[in-house]
Amino acid sequence: MPSEFFHAPGSGLTCDYLVTYGGEVTDDDDRVFKALADSTRRSLLDRLFANDGLTLTQLESVLEMTRFGVMKHLRVLEDAGLVVTRRSGREKLHFLNPIPIRLVHDRWIDKYTERRVSALVDLKLQLEKETGA
Amino acid sequence: MSTMTSPETKTTQVFRVYIKASPQAVWDAITKREWTERYGYGGGPEHDLNKTGPYRLLTSEKMKTASIEMGYPAPEVAVDGEVLEIDEPHRLVLTWRMVMDGRLSAEGFTRLTYEIDEVPNGVTKLTVVHELEGAPMLAQLIAGEWEGQGAGGGWSWVLSGLKTLLETGTEMVHG
Repeated sequence: MPSEFFHAPGSGLTCDYLVTYGGEVTDDDDRVFKALADSTRRSLLDRLFANDGLTLTQLESVLEMTRFGVMKHLRVLEDAGLVVTRRSGREKLHFLNPIPIRLVHDRWIDKYTERRVSALVDLKLQLEKETGA
Repeated sequence: MSTMTSPETKTTQVFRVYIKASPQAVWDAITKREWTERYGYGGGPEHDLNKTGPYRLLTSEKMKTASIEMGYPAPEVAVDGEVLEIDEPHRLVLTWRMVMDGRLSAEGFTRLTYEIDEVPNGVTKLTVVHELEGAPMLAQLIAGEWEGQGAGGGWSWVLSGLKTLLETGTEMVHG
């Protein structure tokens, strides 16, 4: 295995970055949604949410999977920016980075829930007008 | 010898965001009050963070109003600490103590590191490492766990606001 098996920091994310606030999908969003679309990877994130800063050995202990399988999943999570690794002495620790989920939430989820809320407000106003309230 | 923390305690939190801006722009947005006022909790450093030594982050009008509404006096200082390392525009290390709330203040100083790295295509990678040993309440606050109580969304929220401001020139509208 080459020593650079774990890609250089920042090599994956946003190399072909597009700043889009008009509603188009960015490559970053694609990576986040793809990374989240797998139950093993979600369980890794849950594990880090409960206990942040874990080694590969600690992470693989909760999964029925080979070390290489876990590494592959961690790589996808790192590429999406959802996991950030840092060295502490001789160990490499994995941290959950919540910001990509926050950005996806702000761009996608808020947009639709806001619309639903405003539709309800419109309905309320309409009904009140009709009943003369 | 090692600074390893016990795996069962969440004493360090790491946040990373990629921003379409230069390292210098990101540095300025962190260290100068003209920028810090425009995202996150507002307020900002009393003096630009450009040399080592003691510093204070002053509260914004919004923070004062919120504090008064909750029945507390309006605090002048939000955070105090010391600038330990400066390597403009790449690295900033601070000690950091939230002093607006007596319980948080009593947890003492934490350590905050900003790492700013240029990556290809005009993008800057900003990593914030907050070492929170002995500060479990602050750890909750900066993780955004108190957002529902009007305490803001912690670093995710602050750094999302910073990204929006630098990329679009306008403040993030909600939060």
